[in-house]
Amino acid sequence: MIRFSATRRWALKLGATAFAAALTLAAPLQPSSAASPQKPVKIGFSMALTGGLAGAGKAALIAMEIWRDDINKAGGLLGRPVEFVYYDDQTNPSTVPGIYTKLLTLDNVDLVVSGYATNMVAPAMPIVMSRKMVFMSLFGLAVNEKFHYPNYFQIMPAGPHPRSDWSAGFFDIGMAQTPKPATVALVGADAEFARNALDGARENANKAGLKIVYDKTYPAATADFTPIVRAIQAEAPDMVFIASYPPDSAGMVRAINEVGLKAKLLGGGMVGLQYASLLSKLGASLNGIVNYDFWVPEPTLKFEGVEEFLKKYQERAKGQGVDPLGYYLPPYAYAYLQLLGNAVNAVGSLDQQKLADYIRSHTHKTVVGDVTFAPNGEWSTPRALMVQFQGVDDSGLEQFTHAGKRVVLWPEQWKSGTLHYPYAQ
Amino acid sequence: MLDLFLNALAAGVLLGGFYAAVTIGLTISFGQLDIVNIAHPAFIVLGSFCTFVLHEHLGLDPVLAGVLLTPVFFCIGVGLYSVYYASFERRGDETLRGLAFFFGIMFILEVLLIMTFGVDYRLVETAYIGQAIHIGPVGLPFRMLVPFAVAMATAGAIYLYLSKTFTGRAILAVAQDRLALQLMGADPVRTKQIAFGIGLATTAIAGSLLIMLGPVEPSLGRLYIGRVFAIVVLGGMGSIGGTIVAAIILGVVESMVATFYGPSWAPAVAFGFLLVTLAVRPAGLFGR
Repeated sequence: MIRFSATRRWALKLGATAFAAALTLAAPLQPSSAASPQKPVKIGFSMALTGGLAGAGKAALIAMEIWRDDINKAGGLLGRPVEFVYYDDQTNPSTVPGIYTKLLTLDNVDLVVSGYATNMVAPAMPIVMSRKMVFMSLFGLAVNEKFHYPNYFQIMPAGPHPRSDWSAGFFDIGMAQTPKPATVALVGADAEFARNALDGARENANKAGLKIVYDKTYPAATADFTPIVRAIQAEAPDMVFIASYPPDSAGMVRAINEVGLKAKLLGGGMVGLQYASLLSKLGASLNGIVNYDFWVPEPTLKFEGVEEFLKKYQERAKGQGVDPLGYYLPPYAYAYLQLLGNAVNAVGSLDQQKLADYIRSHTHKTVVGDVTFAPNGEWSTPRALMVQFQGVDDSGLEQFTHAGKRVVLWPEQWKSGTLHYPYAQ
Repeated sequence: MLDLFLNALAAGVLLGGFYAAVTIGLTISFGQLDIVNIAHPAFIVLGSFCTFVLHEHLGLDPVLAGVLLTPVFFCIGVGLYSVYYASFERRGDETLRGLAFFFGIMFILEVLLIMTFGVDYRLVETAYIGQAIHIGPVGLPFRMLVPFAVAMATAGAIYLYLSKTFTGRAILAVAQDRLALQLMGADPVRTKQIAFGIGLATTAIAGSLLIMLGPVEPSLGRLYIGRVFAIVVLGGMGSIGGTIVAAIILGVVESMVATFYGPSWAPAVAFGFLLVTLAVRPAGLFGR
């Protein structure tokens, strides 16, 4: 009989725990569902459930599960129950091709949708293109500009020219002021999304006749943004366009306030300033920033079904360690499946080409409003909102559930307030 | 231009202080004990989350929370070394298997944090975060000034402990000559246990500083692995003073490059400086 000392037994237990944890992350993540007499319709995807984008990825998954439960309650797709097959991409783009290869060859899923964010959408494209699958994309910025894939459909309302439409509102707002701003600083993370956003901002700045006085990127592991903000301050730009990820956005906001950056219009493409966890802590330091968003509780954005969905989301999000409000990504994560599901039921088949043709040629009612696609798979009309933080205090999160804290300035159709200008005052 | 230079210099020194805080524990475990604790940054993130809990539920200042957590982390360190010694070091298996062990610990910590706290970002807000003091043209944000002061205080306390106490001197000796240490009547395993405990205790303080700087999430530690090991090597593997100097040099180089040339080049220039230094002084700045 083999005997182990207490220490070695403990080490073995530790090893077993590690092994179990590894299996948890490596195994396909599927909720157990009751056995159904009918073969389920399997929808496959990767999702960032660990790593830097997990905060948003997990919130998206909750929204997707709400849709799955809703559709199954309503009889499923083509009368068959819907089942998810998904894997954690660990916010690591290099895992994505393998995941989609497995989904399509071993798991034999019927439909695929993308994981969250540009860096995770792009690596999946060659795989889904080789199988001619319809590919619903969740917040990939300008991904299809490289691939020109006809069966790609993007739920993020960036518009038909996503690279430049993304920041068009920011520059339109700036150039509508008197006197007109003359100079702009561009700064962003050294990553796919931010580079795309900066390319578009550069285009818009040149179109507006603005002089670009600062145009630089920073690496992912930047701990302090004070030197960057001071370098921008030294150029005295009228406008500052920032394309940043959540930790950087928080670092930028703090550095901007500490340095006292004297710009007239500031923000644009800061990811994270839509997240409840950051909003509640950054509080009043956000006031005056003009930034992109996709849904805020303003009276102009009461789309059919969105509030009902958010109630469900907020109930499910309790105790999950995810965004408790769910305004940013979850409605769109629900909508891209809602759109795909409605198309399947309308076409009456899982034929990928018929589905793509249907999605391309119809207007779709979703919880984020009516969606019509341009030939490149982006929304035919841009709706990347530009919102300004106004009257925010340090009282915490509850204030953001009311109108008036993030007023919509652009597009005109959805406008709910007026700009406080210039930022530095 | 002079104002910009002075501000870049000040920002670099403060950033270096923060780098020193996150590295100093590794200087002991890796530099002095030869234990490749790749999970060191993961423990810093654990410290951040524990600080968040104490700050959120008890209203404790982050730095105070970090200090209060140090005994707990010290005990974790002592326990962890005991397992590491019994499983690997005692049998001479520490080189690769020990590295795998700490890699596993890092992985488990991340998963435990995700299971406990979820994946959302956490950060803390205090009255002084977001404020800055101005000395002439130089602005010093408290968000960076406090970590710098805490890092210097921690480094000073560790330096005094190592140089003025019997156990401290035993820790300095154990990496050099175990047999001589035993002849002096000190138990090398016990000494290493204490040393590793101290190294890990500093991650509680470093974690409290990290969450003051910006939002944290469970996998954030991965971003710091390269940097902290580089600072230990640059400082001269085990020198507390060397770690402080190396961290400040790295901080100043990064800040200067970010200010005057472009932030995307900052890590490349900083690590280029490391390579040049090692080419000239293979033992690091303060290495013997």
